[in-house]
Amino acid sequence: MMNKLIFGRYIPGDSLIHRLDPRAKLVASFYFIGIIFLANNWQSYLFLAVFTLFAVFLSKISLSFFLRGVRPLIWLIIFTVALQMLFTRGGTLYWSWGVFSLSSYGIQNGLFIFCRFVLIIFMSTLLTLTTPPLSMSDAIESLLNPLKRFHLPVHEIALMLSIALRFVPTLMDETEKIMNAQRARGVDFNDGNLIQKVKAIVPLLIPLFVSSFNRAEDLATAMEARGYRGGEGRSKYRKLKWANRDTFVLVVFAAATIILIFLRS
Amino acid sequence: MDIRFEKVSYVYQPNTPFEQRALHEIELNIKEGSYTALVGHTGSGKSTLLQHLNALLKPTAGEVTIGDRIITPTTDNKNLKPVRKKVGIVFQFPEAQLFEETVAKDIAFGPKNFGISEEDAFVLARENLKLVGLDEEYLERSPFELSGGQMRRVAIAGVLAMEPEVLVLDEPTAGLDPLGRKEMMEMFWRLHQEKNMTIVLVTHLMDDVANFADYVYVLEKGQVVKHGEPKKVFEDVAWLKEKQLGVPQATAFAEKMQARGAEFDQLPLTEGELADWILQQAGGNAHDE
Repeated sequence: MMNKLIFGRYIPGDSLIHRLDPRAKLVASFYFIGIIFLANNWQSYLFLAVFTLFAVFLSKISLSFFLRGVRPLIWLIIFTVALQMLFTRGGTLYWSWGVFSLSSYGIQNGLFIFCRFVLIIFMSTLLTLTTPPLSMSDAIESLLNPLKRFHLPVHEIALMLSIALRFVPTLMDETEKIMNAQRARGVDFNDGNLIQKVKAIVPLLIPLFVSSFNRAEDLATAMEARGYRGGEGRSKYRKLKWANRDTFVLVVFAAATIILIFLRS
Repeated sequence: MDIRFEKVSYVYQPNTPFEQRALHEIELNIKEGSYTALVGHTGSGKSTLLQHLNALLKPTAGEVTIGDRIITPTTDNKNLKPVRKKVGIVFQFPEAQLFEETVAKDIAFGPKNFGISEEDAFVLARENLKLVGLDEEYLERSPFELSGGQMRRVAIAGVLAMEPEVLVLDEPTAGLDPLGRKEMMEMFWRLHQEKNMTIVLVTHLMDDVANFADYVYVLEKGQVVKHGEPKKVFEDVAWLKEKQLGVPQATAFAEKMQARGAEFDQLPLTEGELADWILQQAGGNAHDE
């Protein structure tokens, strides 16, 4: 089950995108999600698509991964696109039945939304596929740093984030182990109606919670024993370095924004 | 009930960069009533193989015959319960699978899943708790207030209560103190002897293999590299050392004696055999004393 989940996974590599500063990648990804809403006609979407595919090409990761990233969300996409198509009126009307209608506007809008979804998923998959989770949490800590002034516990947030990220695979393994153990004891996780399915999760959830509590206690003890006293006065082992190429990426994104503004109608 | 593997291969996450071959053309035959040991390094595929024994995993190639069921890559996931009832697996650190409010309910959980009535399941719970060496007073306690060793016993009782024909043990004594380890291994031996239960033991401890098993499979990188009776497998001490698997303590000691001139027809596997040999050398006969 977990094997098929590609979203949120890191694929080690040594491409230009891999080497970028995680802060640059994070900012650029969010920025991309912002500027995608600027696009409102075919030229602008085409431009964004080429832009995204070029980034994918630079990462040297096969396109099939990105397509696989889209797969779990495909129903959501189809649902949204269908809603848009069926409920938007305007332009030439091809077909209508009660509140439902199929018009040229609707079709266009639906396709635009489809592009928007796919491009956002591609970009965020690109971010997670090329950035190790720990660098990501470093980047978030570094980006949130200015908010310290407003008494935001930045260090604690970053610590929780990096511990959480660190334990995602461990917990996944544990989930699978407990699932197997319970299946061996006759639990069927996929069978039965909704209520039976929910009931079948209890023998999985309780052990997971219990082991998380135990693990948290052990980890806290181990951290204290190694002299952890909170964020103040700590030095850093992993240091983020901002290089020229990172500035360059942001410049490219700024240029893309300008082109988009020209292309949009 | 026999379990047979024919050219079984298993690949994790096929067609991704995370693809990993775990088993390769495994041939395995576990006879009814036998005590089979699986040994091998960490990462040799033991745990993957073990999950094939009750169809938690299906082979990506080849077929597994469990009793009268044949599991092939295309077998669907429905109707596997009868298989799972017959093959009970005690996973590594089984105490992690406890979840019910009371020990009794937790032990009864397995049998109830397989369609045994509530009362009968509690009778089984009582019997099996005794079997693993805990008092009846524990029946109404919460499993989470027990010690680690006791939790392990309750978890094992939960598997035994399903009354499996084949009992699969994945390092059942890992992390236990020496006494608990001994008691547990002897309990499994009793089950094997008295109830004629087929046992499959996955372990790193060669002494357990020598003391209990009647057949051994040695795995390396997902392949069976040697199999046979423990005597045969442990004969080639140099080969085992090269594979970094080690030999039972008694065998290792006998080998040192051999290096200093002692002559063995066959290297002893257990302390008992070694003691017999020493007595013989001393001039007496072990069974006369």
